[in-house]
Amino acid sequence: MNAVSSTAKSLSRRQFLKLSAVTAGAAALAGVQASAMAASTGVKPGSTPAMLIDISRCVGCSNCQRSCIAANNLHPTSEQLQGLSAQTFTVVQRYDFEGGNTRFVKRQCMHCLDAACASACPVSALYKTEAGPIAYRPDRCLGCRYCMVSCPFNIPRFEWNKGLTPEIRKCMFCIERQEAGQLPACAENCPTGALKVGTREELLREAHARIAAHPRFYVDHVYGEHEAGGTSMLYISDVPFALLGFRTDVTTRPIPAYTWDVMSKLPWVVGGLAAVLTGASIYTRKRNGAHHDDTPPWERPEAGG
Amino acid sequence: MLQDILMLTAFFILRIGVPLLLVIGIGYSLLQRFYGVKLDFSPKFVTGVGLVLALWALAAIAVILRFTDGLGAVTNLSDQFPLGLWIGFDVMAGAMLGGGAFVLAGLVYVFGIERYRPILRSTILTAFLGYVLLIVALLVDVGRPQNILLARPVYFINIHSVLWEVAMCVLCYTVVLALEFSPALFERLRWRRMWRLTHKITLPLVIVGILLSTMHQSSLGSLWLIAPGKLHGLWYSPLLPVFFWISAVAVGLAMVTVESNLSARAFKRGLEQDLLASLGKANAYLLAFYAAFRLADLAVRGQLGLVLRLDLPGVLFWVELGLGAILPAALLMRPQIRKNRDALFAIAAVIVACGILNRLNVSMFSLYSYTGPIYIPSWMEMVVTAGMFTFGAAVFALLARLLPVFPAEHGEQATVPAQV
Ligand code: SF4
Ligand code: SF4
Repeated sequence: MNAVSSTAKSLSRRQFLKLSAVTAGAAALAGVQASAMAASTGVKPGSTPAMLIDISRCVGCSNCQRSCIAANNLHPTSEQLQGLSAQTFTVVQRYDFEGGNTRFVKRQCMHCLDAACASACPVSALYKTEAGPIAYRPDRCLGCRYCMVSCPFNIPRFEWNKGLTPEIRKCMFCIERQEAGQLPACAENCPTGALKVGTREELLREAHARIAAHPRFYVDHVYGEHEAGGTSMLYISDVPFALLGFRTDVTTRPIPAYTWDVMSKLPWVVGGLAAVLTGASIYTRKRNGAHHDDTPPWERPEAGG
Repeated sequence: MLQDILMLTAFFILRIGVPLLLVIGIGYSLLQRFYGVKLDFSPKFVTGVGLVLALWALAAIAVILRFTDGLGAVTNLSDQFPLGLWIGFDVMAGAMLGGGAFVLAGLVYVFGIERYRPILRSTILTAFLGYVLLIVALLVDVGRPQNILLARPVYFINIHSVLWEVAMCVLCYTVVLALEFSPALFERLRWRRMWRLTHKITLPLVIVGILLSTMHQSSLGSLWLIAPGKLHGLWYSPLLPVFFWISAVAVGLAMVTVESNLSARAFKRGLEQDLLASLGKANAYLLAFYAAFRLADLAVRGQLGLVLRLDLPGVLFWVELGLGAILPAALLMRPQIRKNRDALFAIAAVIVACGILNRLNVSMFSLYSYTGPIYIPSWMEMVVTAGMFTFGAAVFALLARLLPVFPAEHGEQATVPAQV
């Protein structure tokens, strides 16, 4: 029942957004906008492939990390293995608590439903695939690194030591493997069931069911359900997320909406300004008469006459 | 780190400095001996040129290193702090400093205030060079500049991306500025037809230029709206695009004063003091409005408490707004001060410096609250930026000698104010 209500909530938020964006302006661009909104949120959030990460079940074996390295043919240095890097798409981070308690958190791209990086990228090098994951096309990437600024989870990594062919690097949710009907490498090799792949709808239901079954054990929060407008990677945990290095101040509003608020008003501002300037210049012409001098300066009779 | 710097400096002196000096020294003494050539430069001038040349050589080395070994070899940027000085100064501040051109062009052509015409051309030239350097800086800063040169953004359009819009506007506006300046070139070449053509389309060009400027000056602020929670509360505001536009106008106008004063000194020409004073007066009101608006925005967002803190952001904020807007506004309101040429120049210089600080605050320092102070520009980044800045100034000086940029040298337009 939780899942149903949450989908309904996210739907209504989406509609509200759409509505407010339209009323806020850009009625002239309504056609463009409607299609653009559809493009960025077109994939039904329910059926998008997703992963449920249950932090309480992770034993920190790092199998996921190793299989990711193998599947993506990565060559990390030992230093690069410490965190996400151009050669580390997923990393298992260790958190020690008093009393000898330890938790492990697997990190990777969250594959946001309405991804900041995809909306920020000027050439759509980072883009949302039909299926849902956020993928990357290096052939058009400018290397501007604006995606890195925009990502609310600080995921994209850049190859700082390549002269002309650096790429943006991050987890692609094993798109090719998934298309071939396989599981993402990390999930396939997780021995404890801490990683579970499915559609987002299913997994949200499962997450809430697990929390409901052990309400005293789990924190009552599915990280990624609403963060940044919803992500495909969902976390549940028995330790507060704030203690596990999760950003807890991420807005629940889709990040792209923050810039689209302004962008969608620009046509109006520019149109209005154009009208004012044209009017003013016509008026000026009228008032000053035909003072407009078409003779080049070097052919004019001495000035001041 | 220190070792690297020492190594590089040593290499630079040995491989570049010493040979260059040897060639120049030997060449000059040979010329002097056999041909009786005698250069008569003041020692000050020679040192200046030498320093600038050294700077350019260093900058060239840094740029080459960047293209061979990557951005990591030259900059202090990292995955945690991906954009730095080249974006903050060369792009963000560079565009702002060119803001005077669209304002002055609008005043003269659209609103027919002809008395500003004498300082228009030099302003447009400054802006044009500024934008060209902005594009060059961008080509150095982005990871895959070849994709810009292949015009990828023209084919692959993402209307959701603020950066795409900025890129397009900057590109178009640079062309517009070139066209707006081109009558000066045709005047020198005495190409009648071309002069007429460019002269005729000036008004529509100016209007388009104002629209493009409005779009990208504001959007340079919108760029940062994509990072809610990453920028410090003193700067992150949904009104950032509006603030960027207003400050581009105000600082752009102050830049006109600075540039006029500098060129008046360099070229020993007269100064349009009354024009600059009237611009200063307008700027006083604009800056006062800007400061009030900024504070009101903070109050509405409930962040006013932040300005009372004496931490780094608080201090930066007060330098930027207090020293750069409130104080100049108060001073420029007084006619005696506006009449004083040196005072006007100094105030304008302060406005410009604090305007630059504002752009650095938004794009670099305000991120410290999120990332920690993990980024300080490397000396190579600074050298490249300084090199570009001086290069722009040198090209300006050259063009100002070759083309009719200043009215005083040509004389025919200086009396136009009388007609209004
Ligand atoms: S987590 Fe960051 S990189 Fe991944 S989809 Fe979201 S915005 Fe993009
Ligand atoms: S670095 Fe590449 S992927 Fe990232 S925003 Fe720029 S063009 Fe897009």
